[in-house]
Amino acid sequence: MQSMKKFAVALALCSAAAAHAADIKVGIALDISGPFAALGAEARDGFELAIEKLGGKLGGQPAEFIRTDFGGNPEQANQLVARYLQRDKIDFFTGPIGSNAALAVGPALFAAKVPYLSANPGPSAYAGEKCSPWFFAQYQNDTYDEAAGKVANEKGYRNVVLIAPNYPAGKDHLNGFKRLYKGAVKDEIYTKLGQIDYAAEIAQIRAAKPDAVFFFLPGAMGINFVKQFVGGGLKDVPLIAPGFSADEDVIQAVGEPMLGVLNTAHWTHDLQNPANAEFVSSFRKKYDGRYPSVYAAMAYDTLMAMDAAVRDAGGKVEDREAVLKALKNPSFKSLRGEFRYGANNFPVQNYYLREVGKDAEGRITNKLVGTTLEQHQDAYVGACKM
Amino acid sequence: MDAIFVFEQLLNGLGYGLMLFLIAAGLTLVFGIMDTMNLAHGSLYMAGAYVAARVHEASASFALAVAVAVAVTVAVAAVLEFLVIRRLYRRDHLVQVLATFGIILIADDAVKAIWGVAPLLASTPAALAGPVQLFEGLPYPSYRLLLIGAGLAVALGLYLLVNNTRVGMLVRAGASNRQMAEFMGVRVGAVFAFVFALGAGLAALAGALMAPISSVQIGMGEAILIPALVVIVIGGIGSVRGAFVAALLVGLVDTAGRAFLPPALRAVLPPSVAADLGPALAGIAMYVLMAAVLTLKPAGLFPARG
Repeated sequence: MQSMKKFAVALALCSAAAAHAADIKVGIALDISGPFAALGAEARDGFELAIEKLGGKLGGQPAEFIRTDFGGNPEQANQLVARYLQRDKIDFFTGPIGSNAALAVGPALFAAKVPYLSANPGPSAYAGEKCSPWFFAQYQNDTYDEAAGKVANEKGYRNVVLIAPNYPAGKDHLNGFKRLYKGAVKDEIYTKLGQIDYAAEIAQIRAAKPDAVFFFLPGAMGINFVKQFVGGGLKDVPLIAPGFSADEDVIQAVGEPMLGVLNTAHWTHDLQNPANAEFVSSFRKKYDGRYPSVYAAMAYDTLMAMDAAVRDAGGKVEDREAVLKALKNPSFKSLRGEFRYGANNFPVQNYYLREVGKDAEGRITNKLVGTTLEQHQDAYVGACKM
Repeated sequence: MDAIFVFEQLLNGLGYGLMLFLIAAGLTLVFGIMDTMNLAHGSLYMAGAYVAARVHEASASFALAVAVAVAVTVAVAAVLEFLVIRRLYRRDHLVQVLATFGIILIADDAVKAIWGVAPLLASTPAALAGPVQLFEGLPYPSYRLLLIGAGLAVALGLYLLVNNTRVGMLVRAGASNRQMAEFMGVRVGAVFAFVFALGAGLAALAGALMAPISSVQIGMGEAILIPALVVIVIGGIGSVRGAFVAALLVGLVDTAGRAFLPPALRAVLPPSVAADLGPALAGIAMYVLMAAVLTLKPAGLFPARG
């Protein structure tokens, strides 16, 4: 009898503990293996720094950050999200690096009314026709290219050659560039996805004698291209790229030939604001001196946005409407400085021109040149009805 | 489109073809002589590139980097042959493909554990960083000239080795009829181990030489494996001469497809159609070549087994 009582007390204690442990749950789909592994590892480092900074809490409440790798595979991302929703009952979702994974997992999350704060991709579908109140973007994919087109205008490049892989995103990025670019496009070169050798294309570029070359070649393709471009004696032809093709991962792998590459992004590590200065210095302290890339910054910002939203919603994450309202009017200090959300939950924000140069210690890295687009909104917002 | 442009593209095709040859030569020897499909050949290429990049950065000597990369990769390959490949020789091809595919996965994760996921810095040796003026109007990357030179030297060396030495005779005997060679008293095990190490050394050399102009990262071995397989199928499995001719053909066709097809199509078709069709056709040019060769000569251009 005595033991029964003890058992009952233990049970009661357990269930009380369980009730108390109704922590806020954040499902983070990590992308640390597969095609986006290098970028995903950057994002993971950003998440970890943010979790450390928040003391493992969101809005002052205990939180659980469930981190699982899905290897950049949309199918696996879908399975992971199903598990997050059914077993873990998450309150927030973030993580994937690729637009393909973001498009795959969106519908299930939106149906379950779980806010999805993108830590990177901003596919045009979610900005336009398929927009959802549950999706919050960091930028719209084309905006980097639009900014690059404006840079080409400002630099007075009258004719450019564009180069991208022959797949839908490649065409989207070149169209984004052409949206604001006013000069002539001398040639548009589409390469095989995953191409290794660019000698043929580089000879074409040399023959076309453009004022500048705009390239969107993510990951290894960009590394191959820039190395061969400079080795081929085209060092004097300026290169322009969206920030993804010229971020820290690419710069550290290419080295010297990257110097002088112009690229556009909505954030840079030398952007002047107190939140960013603190982020960059603590990131460099934690990760042996290396500069954060835009992926780390966005991951960090994502968790800060969740933290502020929980606080502003009075800690009641079950009240999803209140959380949405708080997310839509962010009160945290973003690393990118001032921004607001447009009608489609895609940000209206500045885009900056960066140039690859050397810092005071001689390390090759991106340096802020100036603001290219001020409080710029994406081109798809008109198609969003919500 | 002038003569210089065409000449430059031919040179590009030659360079790309010779690099493919370095990888395909090892693959075709292993497959032809041992009748063993080694998909992990690309992983040896990756190992060569990673070791070369690291040693080059640490020692600042490119020649040393290439030498160390080849030595380390050959050592790794010897261990691999002893532990795994040796057990596969008498199994069927499916088992070989599965086992060596498993090695690819392990190799990728091993590289990730040692060097991390981010691509490595592999710089061009300073003396060869810029272009040289071949003649008026054609600056050509000096490093690519080195690649062409190295590729031709290796091809010549292999030719002499296979055709004019005793080891080469054993290798040829094994390739044309393994059983008969065994009956005649060839110590096949030793020949196999030598051929596997030679193939690994060539793959590592290709990786080390390609590192400065390509991205040193996980998965680079798989990306190069597909054109290398196309080369050995066109050339005739087991034939080094076939691999050489086929590698140059694939290099030239692939480069010419990318360089000349899009402008040619633009001249005859409306721009929007040409823009879609050009890159697509250029992308499949080498497979069309393979299909054409196989239709005419189902065993490849120079089959090792008559």
